[in-house]
Amino acid sequence: MLGLIASAGAIYAIPAVDQVREASIITVAPNGGNVEAFHANIPMDRIMIGASGQTTPVPPSLRWPDVELLADVRTEMFKIRNERDSVVGVAVRTAAKNGDQDVIDWVLHLPARGSVFVNMNAVPHEGGYRIGEIRAGSREFAPLSGFMSERWVADTSEDEDAPAGRIELQATYVGELEPLEPTEQAE
Amino acid sequence: MKYIVALVLGLVAGAAIFAVGAVYNPFTVDRGLSPLSLTDAEVIALSFSTVPAENIIYTNNGESLQSPHPEKVLELWEVPIRKTSAMATVMRDARNQPAGIGIKISSKSESTRLLNGEAILDSVWYIYAPQHGSMFVRQTENYWPFIREVAFPAWKSSANNWRGTWLGDMTSGPGALGTASVSGGSGRIKGLEMVGIESMSVRAFSADTGFVSAEGRLLIELPELPDETEEESAL
Repeated sequence: MLGLIASAGAIYAIPAVDQVREASIITVAPNGGNVEAFHANIPMDRIMIGASGQTTPVPPSLRWPDVELLADVRTEMFKIRNERDSVVGVAVRTAAKNGDQDVIDWVLHLPARGSVFVNMNAVPHEGGYRIGEIRAGSREFAPLSGFMSERWVADTSEDEDAPAGRIELQATYVGELEPLEPTEQAE
Repeated sequence: MKYIVALVLGLVAGAAIFAVGAVYNPFTVDRGLSPLSLTDAEVIALSFSTVPAENIIYTNNGESLQSPHPEKVLELWEVPIRKTSAMATVMRDARNQPAGIGIKISSKSESTRLLNGEAILDSVWYIYAPQHGSMFVRQTENYWPFIREVAFPAWKSSANNWRGTWLGDMTSGPGALGTASVSGGSGRIKGLEMVGIESMSVRAFSADTGFVSAEGRLLIELPELPDETEEESAL
């Protein structure tokens, strides 16, 4: 009986899963919203590049499906890091051309927090960066809207083990407006 | 001394009885019929293999039951992503023809409650299907029925494997009816909010290497779209 109670107590009290959380590094934007930056060091953090006819796939033994339907699709997967250079999640970037429509989408997945889906504007701005709208999110990000920018920053340090560069992502989250309680309105 | 031995044996026996009771708990039964199985709405049906070697890539921390594929794929060994797996696969339509590319990222969820029969994964799909557009699926999946009816019998068997036919809905939320939330990003489903269900059909499973023969299926229910001809005639 003691064994039954101890097992039930342990399974109730001790969490079966405990995700490790890196403290978020968020700044407040001057015109509202919270800003969080991520980056992927290239090539170290690249998990996959999938595209038709590529000569150097990642991983090297990757076999991208020889399907006409995917001829204009390029999918990349990365580990993403926070501003302390700690890995905090996994991201997917897909670029595709469907007729006259260009699609560039990002999905950022942060295991302890949730995921964000971003539709980028295909046309880059001056300076080579793109901006896109946060279309949807899960868990912590579900009630948030906002936008995200992406840009490529080449490494200029000339260090031997330095990455070739990094993809910088800057997300700006805007929360939903919540109506004030009547007592708060009266104040 | 004999009291200590009796206490330890009692604890072990109690824990074993509890484990068996938890696995065969009759109160954690399947939800039964999928909420999308009776829909009249248009449904996008996509199927995919859940066997890592049949996918474009599959990666995890490198120490889990299923090995990453292909060789030399980067493993997710860093502490914050150690309980995460990622997969890229070809999505097939109802006629088993390639329909697009799908990327699924899953993490073990802190909402797991084994006492309640909930082994939860927080997962998201990114799917690009040229015929429909891009979509983002977010869901919680409950693997408890699979563990109870496939993985545990495989572990118990002397050959460490299971063969048979198992079919179950994996999606358990966040929708009130146990459905996934689906957001359209581009193409004909751009801007649409939809619901979906992921199910899995397993024919062979090994307690040593994971899925041997299994297929997943995503059903996505489209909202009723305004008929263009009706709109034009109204103008």
